[in-house]
Amino acid sequence: MSAGALFDAPGPRTRRRRRIYALASTAAILALAALVALRLCGNGQFAAAVWDLVRDRGLRQRVGDGALAILRAFALAAAGSLALGALLAVGRLSEHRPVRWAATAVVEFFRSLPPLVLVFALYAGALPPSWAVVLGLTLYHGCVQAEVLRAGISAVPRGQAEAGYAVGLRKSRVMATVLVPQALRAVLPTAVSQLAVTLKDTSLGFVIAYGELLHAGRLAASNTVTPGGPPYLAVLVVIAAGYVAVCLALSALARWIERRGARGRG
Amino acid sequence: MHVLLDNFALFRHGFVGTLLLTSVSAALSLALGVLVAACRVSPVPALRILATVWVTLLRNTPVTLLFLVAVFAAPRILFPGTSHFALAVGALGCYTSAFVGEALRRGVDSVPLGQAEAARSLGMTFPQTLRLVVLPQAGRTALAPIGSLMVALTKNSAIAGSFDVTDLFAEQRRLSATGHDVLEVFVWIALAYLLITFVISELFQLLEHRLAVAR
Repeated sequence: MSAGALFDAPGPRTRRRRRIYALASTAAILALAALVALRLCGNGQFAAAVWDLVRDRGLRQRVGDGALAILRAFALAAAGSLALGALLAVGRLSEHRPVRWAATAVVEFFRSLPPLVLVFALYAGALPPSWAVVLGLTLYHGCVQAEVLRAGISAVPRGQAEAGYAVGLRKSRVMATVLVPQALRAVLPTAVSQLAVTLKDTSLGFVIAYGELLHAGRLAASNTVTPGGPPYLAVLVVIAAGYVAVCLALSALARWIERRGARGRG
Repeated sequence: MHVLLDNFALFRHGFVGTLLLTSVSAALSLALGVLVAACRVSPVPALRILATVWVTLLRNTPVTLLFLVAVFAAPRILFPGTSHFALAVGALGCYTSAFVGEALRRGVDSVPLGQAEAARSLGMTFPQTLRLVVLPQAGRTALAPIGSLMVALTKNSAIAGSFDVTDLFAEQRRLSATGHDVLEVFVWIALAYLLITFVISELFQLLEHRLAVAR
């Protein structure tokens, strides 16, 4: 149902009333924003010194390093989780019962605990922070991707696999040349959205002092003295903008892939 | 087994902490989520824009970043002296509300057109249509996604443990730091989370059965 069906086309009185609502709600939002701005001003967060920080060479260096650290962890975890996901998905669909059970147990266990608990356990188990983040995210998101891929493979019509067997392909060939290529197309949008979650989760490295973006930013902010105290807000705003931009780009990519897929099938 | 039995009080403390944190933030996220969904379909453009911005921003920000904003920026700006528990509930509730709002809006999309038209032809106003006819049906459709959102909320609540809130993750950290076997602590903490997430997903499956719409 489109939102337009929820209310009638407005007559003159309703139009007038809605204009009042619109004005009132806009005023309320603006008032809230003004209140926040006022408090910020009172705390000296708008002082030039605070935002000068953004131009500071050392800070830019550290934030740049943090961003690189995130991208490196993301690239490794993304590749790892997709590979692990494919392995586990095939394992869950295996005809050998022990393999199927083992894969199911691994997927269900790692999928239902917080990635942070996993990352921290790896870190406390004497792995360096970078590896703890990459391995933890690989394990957790690998299990999530396994479920995504399995759903895709199960959704391929049965006749496809049967046709493969009928022309004499072996099980592994049916999986590799018939089922997986079709499943991949169907699940690609979901998998890419899950990659966006993986990217967001790299920020968990903050907790174990991996030198990622948030950690670098917080460190830089607490090392700077301005009249209003450490300029946490300024740094957070800049970092948040970066994250939102990259995540939006990834979800736009997912939508684009979905549209392309739909076009091919239609 | 030793680790669990010797530190049972700590584990219980963390377990209750996680339960409390999750349930309070769940309540907040559901209330805010309904509000966001209502705003997104409302006839007032300013509210629609506000809700869209809210959803887009929060869905694309890492929770850890929200926690940092809540802990370091919010007390300085608006609410000095708020407890870390309340700040954590705020961060988790707001974050999840964006997803709940989106799930509900999809639910609204799935309600047949005739329902709202029938409500309007009876002379119901927009709030009445939404409250009495559309949202109850949308909520039922959205139950399954909301269930998995609540499981995700439980998992995200672990981040609060690193910001001075007592929960399972905080206890894992404390026990690992005081020289207990890291693997054993991890297994017990993981099982505790497993228990909570399992109960939540079973609960929602039960609800789905109970409230299934015959369409």
